[in-house]
Amino acid sequence: MDMIKLNNRDYEWEEGLTVRRLLQKETFTYPRLIVKINNVLVPDEEFESTVIRDGDDVKVIHLLAGG
Amino acid sequence: MNIEKLKSAHKLLKEYKYELGKIERGYTNRTLYINLGDNTIKEKTVTQLMKDKFIGGKGFGLYYLWNAVTPDTKWNSPENEIVIASGPVGGITQYPGSGKSLVCSLSPLTGMPMDSNVGGYFGPLLKFSGFDALELQGKADKDVIVFIDGNSGTIRIEEAPEEAIDSHILGEQLTEMYAENEEDKRNISVVSAGSAANNAYIGLLNFTFYDVRRKQIRLKQAGRGGIGTVFRDKKIKALVVKFAGVKGNLNNPADQSSINKAGIKLHKEIHDLDDKQNRMRQVGTANIIEVMDQYDLLPTHNYKFGGHPDTYKISSKVFTSMITQNTPDGCWYGCSMSCAKAVDRFELKTGPYKGQKVIVDGPEYENAAGLGSNCGIFDPYAILELNFYCDTYAVDTISYGTLTAFLMECYENGIINKEITGGLELNFGNSSASLEMLHQMARGEGFGKLAGLGIRNLKRIFVEQYGADPVFLNDIGMEQKGLEFSEYMPKESLAQQGGYGLTNKGPQHDEAWLIFMDMVNNQIPTFEDKAEALHYFPMFRTWFGLNGLCKLPWNDIAPADNKLTEEPAKIPDHVQNYVDIFNGVTGKKIDKNELIVQSERVYNFQRIFNIRMGYGKRIHDAIPYRAMGPVTAEEYLSRQERYDKQLKELVGFNPEGKTTEEKMAALRAYRKDQYEKLTDAVYKRRGWTMDGVPTVEHLKAIGMDLPELVEVVKKHL
Ligand code: SF4
Repeated sequence: MDMIKLNNRDYEWEEGLTVRRLLQKETFTYPRLIVKINNVLVPDEEFESTVIRDGDDVKVIHLLAGG
Repeated sequence: MNIEKLKSAHKLLKEYKYELGKIERGYTNRTLYINLGDNTIKEKTVTQLMKDKFIGGKGFGLYYLWNAVTPDTKWNSPENEIVIASGPVGGITQYPGSGKSLVCSLSPLTGMPMDSNVGGYFGPLLKFSGFDALELQGKADKDVIVFIDGNSGTIRIEEAPEEAIDSHILGEQLTEMYAENEEDKRNISVVSAGSAANNAYIGLLNFTFYDVRRKQIRLKQAGRGGIGTVFRDKKIKALVVKFAGVKGNLNNPADQSSINKAGIKLHKEIHDLDDKQNRMRQVGTANIIEVMDQYDLLPTHNYKFGGHPDTYKISSKVFTSMITQNTPDGCWYGCSMSCAKAVDRFELKTGPYKGQKVIVDGPEYENAAGLGSNCGIFDPYAILELNFYCDTYAVDTISYGTLTAFLMECYENGIINKEITGGLELNFGNSSASLEMLHQMARGEGFGKLAGLGIRNLKRIFVEQYGADPVFLNDIGMEQKGLEFSEYMPKESLAQQGGYGLTNKGPQHDEAWLIFMDMVNNQIPTFEDKAEALHYFPMFRTWFGLNGLCKLPWNDIAPADNKLTEEPAKIPDHVQNYVDIFNGVTGKKIDKNELIVQSERVYNFQRIFNIRMGYGKRIHDAIPYRAMGPVTAEEYLSRQERYDKQLKELVGFNPEGKTTEEKMAALRAYRKDQYEKLTDAVYKRRGWTMDGVPTVEHLKAIGMDLPELVEVVKKHL
């Protein structure tokens, strides 16, 4: 099976998976996210156009230290 | 409102004149002591030791409390104190969130020192009136008001028989009474409780500020742990401070320009970025209701679940539409975060003020979750009504929400019934029953009076009187150390279980809020990582309480380039701001590491204080299983896929062909063991023994090996 890492956990990859799609699939709806692919920051305005490749190391960091 | 009549009923018990002071580098170097038993009023000098080791705010509160009580002191012993203090940074107007007051007292719920951080103007005005802290000891015979006039240097204790008890009326009456004219009202802050605090152990204190636009007082709550109950037990009706002449430089800081610089930078961030980030100015803290729901973190039905299909009915959008907009409100001068929201002209449908149109401060996230979803209530009007009455009656919304959710689960399980509740049908979702119970609590009647004793006492009573199963009650009763949990679902975040359990005052999230870092981001995967976070964040957050600061401007706004920093969760740029404003005010030269050590001293002091009171050990850090995992089959089945997967992948237990009970047992054993391992790691990181006692070596290392502390810990090593 094709896999990526999402926040250091195994995650199933699919052809054409964009950052935006990944956020939707995971219901990552929180507005303050830091997305990095292979340690390179993806700016918010590129979520739509950025395609995640098989084997990528993706981090979606929620900046919520709330409460 | 016939103010003259109320005033003429006052009887002066004591008047005291003092020299107006001068604040130097954030300190007046003087505190005020009042004994309500014999009407003693005296001034005390702030010592160098206090400043070096305890800084101010909650540090001063705990220090005075320690000196006032013995291990035998109970919350209602005359020697118990309520201490209110700002802090050295408190009262500056250039940096957002600098007007908080810290309140400390022995809690009726926990028997240990409680601390609460509250807005409103009292703390800063007290300081400008000449005092770094106010100690209240002893008990009055009849209801009294303490009035501090910071311009004439007069303090009066007055018997005050006729004013209201409930805060929304009392606050107005006293503001009117002690202000010379409309203009003068902004110079007044009132501290009061409410009628429920006469009976319930979950009584809070309201601190006012006068809202010049609305021409009404606003209430801010020192909510947790029943300090309002102590206040009423001392027969204090209110404290009133008056000081005219607030200016930006009254703290006489060592270096005004570094404070200004940090302030300007933060104001600009808030101005440019808040609308894109947390919308604190538009929505306030209610912004996260739907976020919590989407991440399965919004407690519903007594923390059984983390979300509910009806959450949209109480989403932040709904509340935003009810909040009066375009009136950004800060709870102290200069707070451009302005998260203090209000719903105006809210018409009450129940209770003694039925039909009146009132102002409801809030709703804050905790209230919507506690009074709402956790009780299965998804009616925003009911939530606002509960919110209003909790505030004016002086009931802690968090404890009330959590204990009502507990009672509802007990009711649905037949542990209590209509006969016991006196007719209240406490099913999840029954907002009328919740409201009626609250009114009973305020009247000191019926089941509401009993409910006000808090979950810990209720568990005992249900076991003793109604034959309830103590194991089940301990599993589902969401309290620890006697304090009710605040409103986040910690089941899927071990670190947050620690953030609740491994605390000094009980399960309030203000020490550490690590759910996202842990559960979603997976940034702290190992026990050591979690322990580091459970060291750093509680220490960092403790520091706000030493200085009279609000936590929100630290991380509810972040600089645009925060993402690029090494540790975004710490908001490194804002940490530096705090170092700068502290140094700017006090003239000291701390860095970000010394900031943490300052907190560690007080944090360990509070831990040892708990130990001295007979608590504060490992067994007191245990948490109910509901906080860790599914207690009932209903919960397990609702998230079966998740739990089955965890059994397979984490526990090494094959769930196939097993009964739900077997699976639950395996998961339970695993999760409990994880919590123990986390506890070990955290104690180690904090320099404590495996029983949770700070070691003498650690106290030496942080410069806190005071003889009286060493004496306490030695008995437990
Ligand atoms: S951020 Fe909100 S709670 Fe904090 S000081 Fe400002 S207005 Fe008050």
